[in-house]
Amino acid sequence: MSGISPMIGAGIASGVQVVAVGVGGPMLVGAMRKVRCRLEGRVGPPILQPLVDIRKLFRKQRLRPDQATWIFPLAPVALVATVAVAAVITPLATTRPALGSGSDLFVLVYLLLVGSTLLALAGLDAGTAFGGMGSSRAVTIGALAEPALLVTILALSATAHSSNLPAIVRATLGDPGSVATPQRLFALGSLLIVIVAESGRLPVDNPATHLELTMVHEAMILEYAGPDLALVTVGEAMRLTLLLGVFVNLVAPWGVATTTHVSAIAIGLGALGAKVAVVGVVLAVFEVSMAKVRLFRIPELLAGAFVLALLGVVSGLVVR
Amino acid sequence: MPKMSLVNWRARRVTESPAAKPTSPNGPAELVGSVQLRHVDAGSCNGCELEIVSAFGPVYDAERFGARLVASPRHADAILVTGPVTRNMAVPLLKTLEATPEPRVVIAVGDCARNCGVFRGGYGVVGAVGEVVPVDVSIPGCPPDPTAIIEALRSVTRR
Amino acid sequence: MTDGTLIVAGAALGLGAGVSGAALPRRFRVTAAATLVWGACALEAAAAVHVLATGHPIVLRSAELLPFTGVDLVLNPLGALFVLLVAIVAVPATLHGIGYAQHGSATRSATCVFPIFVTTLLLVPSAGSVATFMVLWELMALTSLVLVLVDHGRSQAAQSAAAWYAVFTQGGAALILVGLLVLAAHANGQSFAAIAHHARHLAPAVRGLVFVVVLVGFGSKAGVVPFHVWLPKAHPEAPSPVSALMSGAMVALGVYGIVLVGDDLLGGGPVWWWLVVLGLGGASALFGSLHAASSTDLKRLLAYSTTDNIGLALLALGASGLFEATRHPLLASLGLVAALVLVLNHAAFKGALFLSAGSVQVATGTRDLDQLGGLLRRMPQTGALFLVAAAAITALPPLNGFIGEWLLFQALLHGAASGNTASDIAVPLAVAAMALTAGLTVVAFVKAVGIGFLGRPRSEAADGAVEVPITMRLAVGLLVGACIVLGVIPTLVFPAVERAVKTALPGVGTALLAHGVDVQLVGLRGVLAPATLAGTMTVAVLVVLMLRRVLAHQPAPRVVEAWGCGRQLQTARMQYTATSFAEPVQRVFDDVLRPVQDLDVSHVAESRYYIEAATFHNAVDDGIERGLYRPVIGAVRRWGQAARALQPGSVHRYLGYGLGALVLMLAALAMIA
Repeated sequence: MSGISPMIGAGIASGVQVVAVGVGGPMLVGAMRKVRCRLEGRVGPPILQPLVDIRKLFRKQRLRPDQATWIFPLAPVALVATVAVAAVITPLATTRPALGSGSDLFVLVYLLLVGSTLLALAGLDAGTAFGGMGSSRAVTIGALAEPALLVTILALSATAHSSNLPAIVRATLGDPGSVATPQRLFALGSLLIVIVAESGRLPVDNPATHLELTMVHEAMILEYAGPDLALVTVGEAMRLTLLLGVFVNLVAPWGVATTTHVSAIAIGLGALGAKVAVVGVVLAVFEVSMAKVRLFRIPELLAGAFVLALLGVVSGLVVR
Repeated sequence: MPKMSLVNWRARRVTESPAAKPTSPNGPAELVGSVQLRHVDAGSCNGCELEIVSAFGPVYDAERFGARLVASPRHADAILVTGPVTRNMAVPLLKTLEATPEPRVVIAVGDCARNCGVFRGGYGVVGAVGEVVPVDVSIPGCPPDPTAIIEALRSVTRR
Repeated sequence: MTDGTLIVAGAALGLGAGVSGAALPRRFRVTAAATLVWGACALEAAAAVHVLATGHPIVLRSAELLPFTGVDLVLNPLGALFVLLVAIVAVPATLHGIGYAQHGSATRSATCVFPIFVTTLLLVPSAGSVATFMVLWELMALTSLVLVLVDHGRSQAAQSAAAWYAVFTQGGAALILVGLLVLAAHANGQSFAAIAHHARHLAPAVRGLVFVVVLVGFGSKAGVVPFHVWLPKAHPEAPSPVSALMSGAMVALGVYGIVLVGDDLLGGGPVWWWLVVLGLGGASALFGSLHAASSTDLKRLLAYSTTDNIGLALLALGASGLFEATRHPLLASLGLVAALVLVLNHAAFKGALFLSAGSVQVATGTRDLDQLGGLLRRMPQTGALFLVAAAAITALPPLNGFIGEWLLFQALLHGAASGNTASDIAVPLAVAAMALTAGLTVVAFVKAVGIGFLGRPRSEAADGAVEVPITMRLAVGLLVGACIVLGVIPTLVFPAVERAVKTALPGVGTALLAHGVDVQLVGLRGVLAPATLAGTMTVAVLVVLMLRRVLAHQPAPRVVEAWGCGRQLQTARMQYTATSFAEPVQRVFDDVLRPVQDLDVSHVAESRYYIEAATFHNAVDDGIERGLYRPVIGAVRRWGQAARALQPGSVHRYLGYGLGALVLMLAALAMIA
């Protein structure tokens, strides 16, 4: 299949990445739920249950609060669209995705921020107390996670002398020992905490809570029904999968395709799926073993992540 | 550092094996395989709530049949109503039903929800659930056994 | 027309606009003045574009206009960029002013002084000597002072704001004058060319002193912490066209001044200068964004956000100077490009935000976010434009704020590896400051848009709001259009910015390469494809919209009441307010903000167990004003009152003072002789 031009190959690779994240996302959520259930001694719903839920949601009625504006229906669409664009440009299955030259960790962070900000606005759009509460807490947590996130990017970009994601992954592939440096390990630790905070998983936020006063993310989407809710669910699952995919490719990129040949992409996809599944299972075990952190202790957690990231940068300078 | 010793690593499955699939389906076809439930306590003594909690617990595990409890009626497909409808809860029950998108199902759990049970004629009671909102599935019992609740849910999810 | 004539003609038109604003009758005065101002902006912008296109500065000299010193006008590419920036903000602001004047402030002083203010803003970047610069600077300060008082001149808040502004601007001007005079004295000539030539022979201590003094002077005009205290008072009180110009253009001239003296005249300096600039920038960014996040007054929020953005520009500027001092010219050029792009973008989106805040104030009569709400349904275009401008300031792709932040991040990122201790410590802290600022800006603007424009109206005034006249909407639309264009095709302005950077940092190559419509860093690994990103995002949104329509069984939504847990009564009072929205942030940063909270509970007469009413009041005031300035003001006031003891009213005492002074003087003269 070396007859395909690299551009078409990259396009196919990116398309495959989007579909993988779009379908694999809910499956990852299902798998994490299954692991938690098994550790509780239950059987739990099947792994494909989130996909069945989403299919059912598309068959339901669409509702819209009377005071809401066009932001309310736009927010879920923007969430899914921006995560899909991020899946196109991020090196998940291959280090040569379409538009990979402009694929930057910084761009990735801000693309995901578009979806979060619009969702926060939609929470306020409904005109209820819960929406405002969810938005307020979500943007505060996002604001406190930013320093850790950007300093982590600074630490991770040091090896490749660039924040271009494919370049960093290729540099790690070329120099596997660079993962074991304290710089990289601190940065990845900080990144994992930030991913947990940004995706709204335990211990920062409990996605299955029923008590509105303990909700952060769920409170923003209390008004969504039917297809809009399906898009929000898919978007959140895609975001988690994307972030974990970036994380595994920064920790252990082996298996990632470095060309756009179909066979290489298939192997890359398989490797990605396996690695993300492993990280997902580890996260699920953590979620079972700890309680949700109190809302006003979350800044301390994120400050800890920031200190880890700063340690990563500093150790990079010392070890140099 | 979380107490990893609290994680039951050798978690033995305590869930009972499922009974045979119920043969009489209820509810619309769109809800096959996935039903999200929103519970409304219209005035119950909480006996039915305990049975519902048990039904979703490790022994009976209703989630494996596609049912799940959710917080907002907007996310729900079915309203699980317990207790007779009291005066103060009549309007909230109606509003909860209105807030649920179609297609939707009302499941009345317990004798009180079906025909006011022991609270018939009480001064705070408006009537049974069926007198306030249209009921699609009802589960008899005071309180109903978790297996009966599971059977009713399985008739909606057809799993 | 020769180039110099363009500038003179522009100035003449501007003065003519002022005269017509004073002389013409009410019906014509606003439109006539506005047209002449547009003419002035067009001519000055044409001159600026010519300078940027050819790279040759325009030089004008006239010995007559100012006694003793003459007038020197030198428009080099750096100044030309700022003239263009002022023109970009001034044209829409004037258009907005036409609509705004229908609601009250068509007084002679407003329509006469406003064009003069715009003219001075256009001319300051072309000043070529100390005297010209100071005259124009003072004129700019005085005209803006008058304009602050135009709208609500009688109110206590406006008068206090004007007083603070007057003190700070005169103090700043005095410091700038001192710095420039020291340079002129050593250069034996007060033209900038002469100063630049001789400045490198000055002693390092003198250079350092001049830089610090000038930094404080220009920094106070730019709204840099801790000299920013006047900004959140004065910018909200001024009418919104003036606020837009002050926040968009005038603070940019403060940054221009720092670049002028630091890079152009003094030719760069040792590392400690730029560490000071970095420190001030980081502090401004954090302080400004924190106060914007906890502010409940819409225009005060925007004013603090100005401090925040200028802080980011100073971070870029400090990084640039640091890299130049440590001999990394390419990084220095990149840093300066980032600073100029940040300032340019800020002018566009802050202008749009202030103008639409003015529209909101005109439509509802209030700028208190706790009283607003539901405006997006009642003022759809103004609301949508405010939303886009807010998205631009929070640096969301694909708008212009994102480009500036990316450039700043790249400058810091590549500078982290530059290998000396100063940058090793400064760069990660700068990145952390930039990141936290970005997050808090999101909080501030989600609050401004969400509480101000979404949900239910929280007061009668907000409920009765109607859309403003077309002139006001068009003005905001022009600036928002500029934000979108600058975000999707930033390579339009990069050649101009590069030329300006070459003037400030001579001998350095280009830092950016336009690869078609992509932005590529020269010599470093970094590429940004804004147009492709914008295109991909648009396509993705359309695809998902189509998917939803196709996959959904019932695509048309049914309108329902919002879910309130089955409660029978749902009012606007049950929503979050601006105060409650910012409460988590306020709680986290409690020690810095020190909010003053007051809970007033009144009980029912019959029994203390029942509460009749409870009022909660939360106020956050400026920490630096409270901690730094108020004690000084208090001390001065106490000394003043103590000094009254010197004037008891007794004539004998005063004659005694005169005799004593005479005796002392004779004794001093005797000792000297």
